[in-house]
Formats: sequence, C-alpha cells, structure tokens
Amino acid sequence: MKDMDDQIPRTLPIQSATFTNPINAEIRRAAATGIYDIRGGGAKRKVPHFDDLLFLGASVSRYPLEGYRERCDTSVTLGTRFAKKPIELDIPVTIAGMSFGALSGPAKEALGRGASAAGTSTTTGDGGMTPEERGHSSKLVYQYLPSRYGMNPNDLRKADAIEIVVGQGAKPGGGGMLLGQKISDRVADMRTLPKGIDQRSACRHPDWTGPDDLEIKILELREITGWQVPIYVKVGATRPYYDTALAVKAGADVVVMDGMQGGTAATQDVFIEHVGIPTLACIRPAVQALQDLGVHREVQLVISGGIRSGADVAKALALGADAVAIGTAALVALGDNDPKWESEYQKLGTTTGAYDDWHEGQDPAGITTQDPDLAARLDPVEAGRRLRNYLKVMTLEAQTIARACGHNHLHNLEPEDLCALTMEAAAMARVPLAGTSWYPGKEGF
Amino acid sequence: MQTYDLEANGLRGLNAALQAQSTETNQTSWEVVNPKGSHAIAVGLDAPIEVTVKGSTGYYCAGMNQQAMVRVEGSAGPGVAENMMSGQVIVDGDASQYAGATGHGGLLVIKGNASSRCGISMKGIDIVVHGNIGHMSAFMAQAGNLVVCGDAGDALGDSLYEARLFVRGSVKSLGADCIEKDMRPEHLEILKDLLERAGSDAKPEEFKRYGSARQLYNFDIGNSAAY
Repeated sequence: MKDMDDQIPRTLPIQSATFTNPINAEIRRAAATGIYDIRGGGAKRKVPHFDDLLFLGASVSRYPLEGYRERCDTSVTLGTRFAKKPIELDIPVTIAGMSFGALSGPAKEALGRGASAAGTSTTTGDGGMTPEERGHSSKLVYQYLPSRYGMNPNDLRKADAIEIVVGQGAKPGGGGMLLGQKISDRVADMRTLPKGIDQRSACRHPDWTGPDDLEIKILELREITGWQVPIYVKVGATRPYYDTALAVKAGADVVVMDGMQGGTAATQDVFIEHVGIPTLACIRPAVQALQDLGVHREVQLVISGGIRSGADVAKALALGADAVAIGTAALVALGDNDPKWESEYQKLGTTTGAYDDWHEGQDPAGITTQDPDLAARLDPVEAGRRLRNYLKVMTLEAQTIARACGHNHLHNLEPEDLCALTMEAAAMARVPLAGTSWYPGKEGF
Repeated sequence: MQTYDLEANGLRGLNAALQAQSTETNQTSWEVVNPKGSHAIAVGLDAPIEVTVKGSTGYYCAGMNQQAMVRVEGSAGPGVAENMMSGQVIVDGDASQYAGATGHGGLLVIKGNASSRCGISMKGIDIVVHGNIGHMSAFMAQAGNLVVCGDAGDALGDSLYEARLFVRGSVKSLGADCIEKDMRPEHLEILKDLLERAGSDAKPEEFKRYGSARQLYNFDIGNSAAY
C-alpha cells in the first residue's frame, strides 16, 4: 500500500500570488512590532511607466537629423509668465528638492556642484537654505514648505526661484518626519527645535488653505521678492488636470507635477505604495489643463517621479512637459546603493539596490545621514562630477532620440512621435498602441 | 511723514518704496491711507521705519517683517505678521486666522481678539493678544511666547514644542501634549516685560502657564491614541 502511495502524482506546493513571501514577511513584522513600516524612496511596485512607450523614429514621412553633426538644442527657460528674471537652463533636467537634514552637507554640496556644471538648477528642501548649497548652486530653487523650517526673507531673496510645495508624489496629502537620530546640532538650530527629537513636517500650510488663498500667498511672495523670480507650485500627482488648472489660476509661473515613483526621505510604506498616481498618468491631463487655459509653454510644466534616463526625459517632453526633475536618480549618481558598500548593507539587513532606510541615518554611502564619519565618505567634488556626467549622458540620450525623430530641439518632440506597448500605457499617455492608430478613450473604436 | 494712497498708487509702488528704505533712511515715518482690506500691505520690510496703516487690511499684512514697526489702525486679515523675523506689529482691532504664523522673532500685539490658529508653528516670535484667541492656537508652536489676556479656545497648544503659552482667562480645552505648568519667577519676568511692551495693564500673577509635556517628541506607537 505504501509503495502505491509513493507512485501517486503529488500536487506541487503552490505559492500564493496574493500572500507572497514578502507580504507574509510584512504581516509577521507588523504582528511582532505593532508599527507600520517607514522607509525612504518612492513606489517600488510595478506601474505603467515610460518603459511602456516607444519612439517611432523617422520614416518616409519624417526625415531625421544627422547625429553628431546637426544641432539639437536642449535649453529651457522656466518662469516666463510673470517673473522679471526667468531661470534659463542649458538642459531640461533639474534636481528636485531634497533637504539638508535628510541629506548630508557634502551630498547637498555635490548636488549643487553637479547641477551647476551641467547648467541646470538644484532645489533646497525642508529645513531651509545652507550657505554651502547656495554657494555651490549657480541656480537654486528655494522650497516654501508647510513646516517653514528655516524660512526667512533674506534667503528668499537669494533664491533664483521659489517653489511652493503643496505635496509630493510619494505622499500626496502627507507630511513628513525627520527622526531624531538625524537631528544634529546644526539641523536642530536651522529648524528651531531641540536636538534629538523627531521633527514633524506638517501636511498642509499653516497660513493658507485652498486655491483662492494660494493666489494671495503667491502675491505676497512676489511682493516680498519684487516680482523678480519665478514661483513654482509643486503638487503630488493625484488630480493633475484640476491641480494644474488651479495652480495656473493662482498665478504660478511653473507647475511641478510629481508622480508616485518620486522619492521621499521617510514616509509610511503604505502611503508610498497606495496614494497617488504614476508619473506616466499625470502628464497628459496636466498638459491638457494648460492647453485648455491657453498657457501651454507660457506656464512651464516640470515632471518628476522615476526619471532615470535620456529616454525618460525625451518621453516626458514628447508628452508635453517643458522639463523634468530627478531626485532618486541623482542620489544614485552620487553613490547611493553602490555595490561597493554591499557588506555594510548586509549588516543593516538589506542589500545593494534595496537600501531605503534613509531616515535612520546609517547610510553606508554617506548621503542620507548626519553622522560626520559616514558623511565624510562622500567626496562632494568627485560625487558632483559623477552627477554632471550623468546629466550629460541623459541629455545626449534625449538628443539622440530627438534627432532620430527629426527634431532640432528637445521641445519639438511631440506625442505623435510615440506609441505604447500596453493598453494601460496607451490610455495614460494617450498615444496609440504600437501598430495601431487607437488608444483607449479615443473616439472611433 | 510720507503719505501713500494705496488706492490711487497701487500695492507694488508701496512695497517697493518701503522695501527700498535702508537702516540710514531719514524717511522713518510712513502713513498708508485707503488700504481698503488690500492684501500683502507692507510685506518684506527690513529697515527701522514706522508704518501706520489707516484702516483694515487683508491677508498677510507685515509678512516677514524685519526691524520695522507696523501699526494697523483697524483689523487685520489672515496671516498678519506671518513669519516675522524682528520689529513690531500692532493691530488696534481684531486679527483673523493664523496671526503671527511661523514667526521667528519680534513682537506682535493684537489689541482686540485673534481668531483660530493664532501663533501656529511660531518659531520665536512673541505675541500678546489683549482679548481672546480661537481654537487650535499655538498648534505645533516651536519657540517664543504667546500671551492671551482673555480666553483661549479649543485645543490650545496642540502638539506643542518649546513655546510658552500664558493665558489669563479660561482655556476651553488643551490640545495633545499641552499641559499646565508651574509659573516660576523667570516666567513672571518674561510676562511682565511683554505686557509692558504691549501696553497691557494685566498683572503677570493673573496668568497661568502652559507648555509641552514632551511626551510626543519622539514617535512611539504607544502614543497613537493621542493623534
């Protein structure tokens, strides 16, 4: 009888597609600790993205430009609507806001060095502007955040632009928390709070609510700065059409739209993965709002959240953006998650490419930390050089694509240059499914 | 005395003229007539001048003020003296929401009442309200002193950090992590000075002091019921 049992084919063990090993591990961790997971970075789940789009390139009806010979411009001017001094950039790739506090001093310096060398802007973050950051950034955007940590009119007037942060893609509707272990004497002093305590960044501004108030707040900031510099409004991607329209109505020079792949210094994983929409899904509605109001290209659109390559840049611009901003990719260029720190990542219970406990201040790469010894690992000159190289490569890649599509400026890329690999991407980007002339939502199906 | 007719000459001209004053200016006294509730009056000043607004103002009057003394002979709209760094702002009437929000320094005096969220996220400013204040005042207040000669509304000092709150009248309710604290001699000295500078005849001994219990300073899941 036993021999017969051994001969009966067995059902193989089947892993659940719903209760996967990572999901079960998280359930066990939650059960053991009673607290949700907090981490840095943006959404890690797979969502429709720029990889789901392809450029069509030249054909009989379109002729290409000669690579390495025929010029393809990359410049962009931000803030042409009201500001007396718009920001003129050599490339349409900017550095997104990241705070001193979340990042080390050398990391902020490296971002300034790299961005300046590449002819683009960098951005402050929560906690205010440091002299080092201002000194190393030829074009610096000063964020105006709900916490107002470090906010003062002297720094406001030193800025080349002001970015009013309504939200960010990793956590639309959420504030932030800089944990006490990252609060050094200097960070505490800049934020007017005791050393070592968790510093809560509010989720909404303390002195305005709604688009009508925002219009008056923009007026105040313009009056304080003499209408000299552009005012951006940054929102996390949720309702891109209406948020863009309301920002324009409020008087923004530039709208910054941050998709859910955009990073954060520290937020609940459940927030990062389940609130907001993908970057790909927010561009066309935002552009539509600008077009409906007759201000496309007059009010510039900056897209961020998961931009990694020149192809991503070109695709964002083809869909109607004027520029993009990078955060996570810039940190990787500086040295974040570098395999050379693998043994130290393993000591922290993680591995290269997956390290995201940026809030704990133990970053082996010395970027997301305030520990002096760890921070000293990052050479800001060398890291700045890497960032400059990376920005240069992104630009060259985008130019390569634009030339292949027959364009002599990156801004001449257009939706008609694209097709989609999936139905989802076709619907979100409103470009035809590859090999067809149709996308979901288009009339005539 | 320089007189500026806001209705006739516009906001930009006013702020540009006031912002152009330096520490050495001899145009130290300004009068703004016909404000008619305009927003952003006398913002971004940075000189030891005196500006008197002859009427009520809209949002953000004297925003981000440095050095200047701004007086509103009327009531002030939302966000008066927001993010003030130094100097003095006096409102003869009432103040709307967010008075003195995120202020880093200087003295804000409100002769009437202040609405909700007075002193929200204050970072070193001193605020003296002769009348009452509304709900959620001093929310997440980090540093400075808020003196209330009348009553305080609901949730005073919710999620308070290191700001000191002094209330002479009743407090409808205290916010999370805000508690009554002992009034020590040094606090009576602070109060005495602020009341004198604000032109109040209230006695320091009539006030109670409130501050942070400091139980929410570091995130602890055991405190989740407080949020």
